[in-house]
Amino acid sequence: MQAQAPTTSQTSASTMPQVREFLTFKLGGEEYGIDILKVKEIRNYEAVTAIANAPDFIKGVVNLRGTIVPVVDMRIKFRLAEVTYDDFTVVIVLHVAGRIIGMVVDGVSDVLTLQPDEVRPAPDFSSTFDTDYIMGLGTVEQRMLILVDIEKLMTGEDMALVDQTTH
Amino acid sequence: MIEPGTVANQTASGEIDLTQFYQVFFEEAGENLSSMETLLLAISVDEPAEDDLHAIFRAAHSIKGGAATFGFQDVTELTHELETLLDRVRKRELALSTEMIDVLLEAGDVLKAQLAAHQHGGEAAGDISTLLSHVRRLAGEDSVHGGAPAVPHASTRTLEMTIGPLGDLGIFDNVIELFGEIPDLGKITFLDDVSATCGTTSRRYRVETACPDEELCDLLGFHVSREQVRLVSPPAVAHVADEAVSGLPPLAGRDNGDPGYGLFDELPTKVVAAPSARTEPKVRVDRPAAGADAATLRVSVEKVDQLINLVGELVITQSMLSNKGRDIDSAKHAGMVGGLADLERNTRSLQEAVMSIRMIPMAVVFNRFPRMLRDLAAKLGKEIDLQTSGEATELDKGLIEKITDPLTHLIRNSVDHGIELPAARIAAGKPARGTLSLSAFHRGGSIIIEVRDDGAGLNRNRILAKARERGMAVSDAMADKDVWQLIWAPGFSTAEQVTDVSGRGVGMDVVTKNIAALGGSVELDSAEGLGTRVSVRLPLTLAIMDGMSVAVNGDTFILPLANVVESLQVSPDMLRTVVGEGRVAAIRDEYLPVVCLHEVLKSPTPKGASSSKILVIVEADGARTALMVDQLIGQHQVVVKNLEANYRKVPGVSGATILGDGRVALILDVAQVVAACSSGPRTTRPTHQPVH
Repeated sequence: MQAQAPTTSQTSASTMPQVREFLTFKLGGEEYGIDILKVKEIRNYEAVTAIANAPDFIKGVVNLRGTIVPVVDMRIKFRLAEVTYDDFTVVIVLHVAGRIIGMVVDGVSDVLTLQPDEVRPAPDFSSTFDTDYIMGLGTVEQRMLILVDIEKLMTGEDMALVDQTTH
Repeated sequence: MIEPGTVANQTASGEIDLTQFYQVFFEEAGENLSSMETLLLAISVDEPAEDDLHAIFRAAHSIKGGAATFGFQDVTELTHELETLLDRVRKRELALSTEMIDVLLEAGDVLKAQLAAHQHGGEAAGDISTLLSHVRRLAGEDSVHGGAPAVPHASTRTLEMTIGPLGDLGIFDNVIELFGEIPDLGKITFLDDVSATCGTTSRRYRVETACPDEELCDLLGFHVSREQVRLVSPPAVAHVADEAVSGLPPLAGRDNGDPGYGLFDELPTKVVAAPSARTEPKVRVDRPAAGADAATLRVSVEKVDQLINLVGELVITQSMLSNKGRDIDSAKHAGMVGGLADLERNTRSLQEAVMSIRMIPMAVVFNRFPRMLRDLAAKLGKEIDLQTSGEATELDKGLIEKITDPLTHLIRNSVDHGIELPAARIAAGKPARGTLSLSAFHRGGSIIIEVRDDGAGLNRNRILAKARERGMAVSDAMADKDVWQLIWAPGFSTAEQVTDVSGRGVGMDVVTKNIAALGGSVELDSAEGLGTRVSVRLPLTLAIMDGMSVAVNGDTFILPLANVVESLQVSPDMLRTVVGEGRVAAIRDEYLPVVCLHEVLKSPTPKGASSSKILVIVEADGARTALMVDQLIGQHQVVVKNLEANYRKVPGVSGATILGDGRVALILDVAQVVAACSSGPRTTRPTHQPVH
């Protein structure tokens, strides 16, 4: 017994960083989870100022208490069939890569704590589409949660959110 | 005078962490040095202005005082010698000479190096004994008046000094000794009967001195703390003393030829008449006071930025309120309407005042160039005049700091490669003295800084030859403008020989890189034999801007008012087409190209039918264009917000602002919008395609 005590504490110490809290949200029929520490706040969707010649998933910019923040609609980005703006449509304001970015989703569901054994590695779709930003798939009460490395996703080249020349 | 060793000991034993004041000292010393340099460069050798000499002396003196406090012995030593020299010059005992100015400038450089070394830890390398002896030799030259300097009567003051209460009465003796040890200090006598002071721990003295209060306190600081010293020179005391003096045996400070510091030469009566100003030991007379300088306050940039942000918020709240206030019945709520108007006016003034805190005149940058030019010209054997204009143009502090290096590069380049040697200039039929002009001005929401020389200009053939040599794709048919662009390539130099001034080809590409990093651009214009002009265009970050808001596709856009020439209603006969496509508008006697903002600013989500009715004539890069918009909304000041902070640069958009209703409006970069349209419709298409 005595010999086991240090082992237990060691395991818990090494797994501690693995236990993470995720904010989960819905995009169409899919449920996603992102690291809650990257979330600054959640707001209602309000009218944006469109930016000419920007990709369609960049809805435009909004005023967040004096700061100009771009808003990305993930439903358009992930090419979901139905894009509606209703009372449940919210903007998750993210703090990633030193920037503030708003992300339109179909509604925020929960904050979940996932144990490491609840996360499965993402299957490899390499030939079909880019999955670099998918950290894994979580399972919670029979639901599948797509865990996304939001920082990698938002700063990716195809998001066109960050000037690649300045990076 | 102050012995650096003593000061250092005291610092060590005083247990006060002086390092916390280092930054302030270094900043002040830096300012003092640069003002000294500016004054030295501007001063007339034959007829130096009294005020300037005093100001130069004060600068050296202030640096010495600070350096001694912090125990920077090398700085103290050098400034002490400078002070001696300057003191004699300003008292007209020595005539100012060009040699002196050279030596003083050199000493200023050495001081800069010493201070930099202290600031970053460690001692300045290099031997300054030659410089020191040079300064000493100059200071020791025969006085112009010959003989002992005449000491003005009023340089000696009579003060009543009270020291105490002290625990150790032996210190009083030390104070008396101090006056014995330092011959320049003056004379000290007991005011009270010795028997009367028995049992008390305070003493009153009469002090006759030429030293300013502050210096006296500094000296006394070796023995007693400042709080224990009180200096009073009430008129009564002063007058009594004056009368007493005439009947008394000669007093040391007055008749021993004490050179003093002559700080009161010009104001003898004032010292006596307004003694209250001198009673506070804290009054600093040896500062560069009065005249050229105003009282300043050091505040961290962070605090200023916070203030600016808060005011920005206030402006937005205010315009929101005034938007709502428009519906108020002004007859019923006259007070409310008046209050809103007051709020608007006050907010605007507040905003302007706050914004101006961060703005620094270009003079700060320009002022460092006369010296550089003088040195460079001397080194290269050229004769160059510097002309500056627009020194008052204000630029954000952050930009000022970053623009200095690129400008330095450009100027060095102009001096080295642009302006020819006097002989060559005369041969070319130009005056022997070359002219370099620096100017700064606002244009179209940008600030333009121009460096212009009347030198040889760029040599097209040499640039092309050099470019071929380096394997760059060039052709003889290239337009001049494109040829000039080549010189910005890294490592490109056509200089026949590499000097230590320039010619290695590093520099020009750094200039463009640095300026591009500031969101600016560089343009170059040159004519062979006539000169070269480099224009640096910088955006005004952090600026408020006068804008005209227009509606396009139901969205609001801001046009910088500086670009707007006029706006007019479209009448059907005004618009014509050229070659079936290009549209022009006939306005009075001119045909202006028409740019339809609906097409340029294609919104992904159109919010209504477009109904172009208004033409706004804008001027950008010297050309006029008619922009077609739906509606004019109004004219107001906008707070420019950066889009790049959280997003990216958008072609045709220079920034964004927040409207009265809290929504974001984009500020158009008129020059870019026009350029994008004139270079073909393709460039207005999305520059980034979605990958999927």
